[in-house]
Amino acid sequence: MKPYTMDFDVKARDFSSAGESSSKFRKTLLMLSIPSDIVRRASIAAYEAEMNIVIHSYGGKMHFEIYKDKIVIVAEDTGPGIKDLELAMKEGYSTAPKEVIEMGFGAGMGLPNMKRNADTMEIVNHDESGTKIVMTINF
Amino acid sequence: MYFHSVTLDRDRCKGCTNCIKRCPTEAIRVRDGKAKIIKEKCIDCGECVRVCPYHAKVVVTDDIGMMENYKYRIALPAPSLYGQFKDMTIGDILASLQSCGFDEVFEVAYAADIVSYITRNIVKAKDYKRPIISSACPAIVRLIQQRFPSLMDNILDIMPPVEVAGKIARDEAKKKTGLKDEEIGVFFVSPCAAKVTSVKNPIGIEKSYIDGVFSMRDVYSMILDKRKFAEKKIEHTSSMIGVGWANAGGESYGTSLENCLFVDGIQNVIGVLEDIELGKLDDIDFFEGLACVGGCVGGPLTVANNFIARNRIMKLKEKLNKDVSVKKYIAVDFHEFMLNVKLKKSDVLNLDEDIDKAIDMMKSIDEIYKSLPGLDCGSCGSPGCRALAEDVVKGFASEYDCIFKLKDRIKILAEEINKLSIKIPPVIGSDKEVKP
Ligand code: SF4
Ligand code: SF4
Repeated sequence: MKPYTMDFDVKARDFSSAGESSSKFRKTLLMLSIPSDIVRRASIAAYEAEMNIVIHSYGGKMHFEIYKDKIVIVAEDTGPGIKDLELAMKEGYSTAPKEVIEMGFGAGMGLPNMKRNADTMEIVNHDESGTKIVMTINF
Repeated sequence: MYFHSVTLDRDRCKGCTNCIKRCPTEAIRVRDGKAKIIKEKCIDCGECVRVCPYHAKVVVTDDIGMMENYKYRIALPAPSLYGQFKDMTIGDILASLQSCGFDEVFEVAYAADIVSYITRNIVKAKDYKRPIISSACPAIVRLIQQRFPSLMDNILDIMPPVEVAGKIARDEAKKKTGLKDEEIGVFFVSPCAAKVTSVKNPIGIEKSYIDGVFSMRDVYSMILDKRKFAEKKIEHTSSMIGVGWANAGGESYGTSLENCLFVDGIQNVIGVLEDIELGKLDDIDFFEGLACVGGCVGGPLTVANNFIARNRIMKLKEKLNKDVSVKKYIAVDFHEFMLNVKLKKSDVLNLDEDIDKAIDMMKSIDEIYKSLPGLDCGSCGSPGCRALAEDVVKGFASEYDCIFKLKDRIKILAEEINKLSIKIPPVIGSDKEVKP
């Protein structure tokens, strides 16, 4: 069966609407009878990915696919890419600008949190032209 | 059958759609010119009671006359009652309340002292998920069951003060009078619709210790009438902590935990619960969420202006002891005051139990939603276009409930009729040839 899909544009540095697509995604999961621990994990993974786009990129897109037994989250942006992937995967390591950290975002938990909450996480590409992350959560 | 306390007075309702937009759980529709509450979705937060300009939303409470059915009657005043009167001490209020026909008054504020004491001790001993979420506001607990089921494990499993008060007062009265359980009536004087519901459908306990819930509004005028004639003075027992529970933040203060967050107003609470679910507030120890602005002093059944009442509570608190001994009521392990029925998640948001079917329905909802104007005007009786699309797919509404769609459809039909009307019947005149 074809999955249920959702697509959202995410603007760079737009903190006032940051998290909106994850929030809509979360509500949809509840309506689709997805188990509550999965809803929670998927929401966290989606939120972190969305915030990454807001904080670090020039803008991007969130794409969600909901199947009977799994959820796929795709976060894609238009650059500038992740410079040091290994460092970025470390908890607490952040390249977020100071003013963003002062707002309470960009604590360096984004990628580690995504990895922890998704069953699989693949960073498909990450160069100056952008980053694409695909996460799956099975249930 | 599930009981909920917020209902509609059909005669007063004008079908104005003010309430459908404010309901945080989208539990209201307008049908046949009257609002209709979907009872399974309603969490009795009282928002619609407050916003209805025609006062058509009414909270069903018990009739004061029901006291007659009991030999011994106990009143349990909520702490917020103390903020309702000008120039009355807590002692005056309690004495006047007792004169309204009760044999005894037991302060819920004192039970709040007990709950604060248990909370202080138990959060050290037990390994709770952080943040621990208060169970005191039943509207919030129901909201969590409906919208944040993954946070149910964070909920503090202590009985709310009103039930603790009911249990202690009932047990003591039994001992003192030798009467049977059913001869003793325990009545809560409530600021709150959600708590009326909790007595009929308890959350986390088998059966409520309370027999009836009286609206603070009903009791308010009785207290004023008795104020001069109150027979004896009653010494109140609660401390500033217990009385402080009337205001938002009071419970947090009583926990003695360092890192507490209290939030009032249902929409604000929803926002913070989303953050908690995202793990953004794991450094907070205790979260107190209250549906009403200001906390229970802003409850839908209160009389006084919520800001003034809040101020009065602050002033009353200043005169009280900081703490009060509660040990005589408490066993070592607190088990008698703990919740013992596991919270169940509510399924009302689910489109269908079967995920495949739910996905199909969701796709249809999107289709219909796309065809709607997206104005969220509410004229269709649903809270917004998205909600109308959901209602259509669930079979509770028609696309043509949307006046814009209806208008378009009428236009098409009108054009069709117009086209037909210019056609001239052949007997009157037609230049068409007649074929063999
Ligand atoms: S009480 Fe609250 S949840 Fe219930 S219908 Fe009114 S606004 Fe909605
Ligand atoms: S804040 Fe208090 S009065 Fe308002 S719904 Fe919650 S418990 Fe009831």
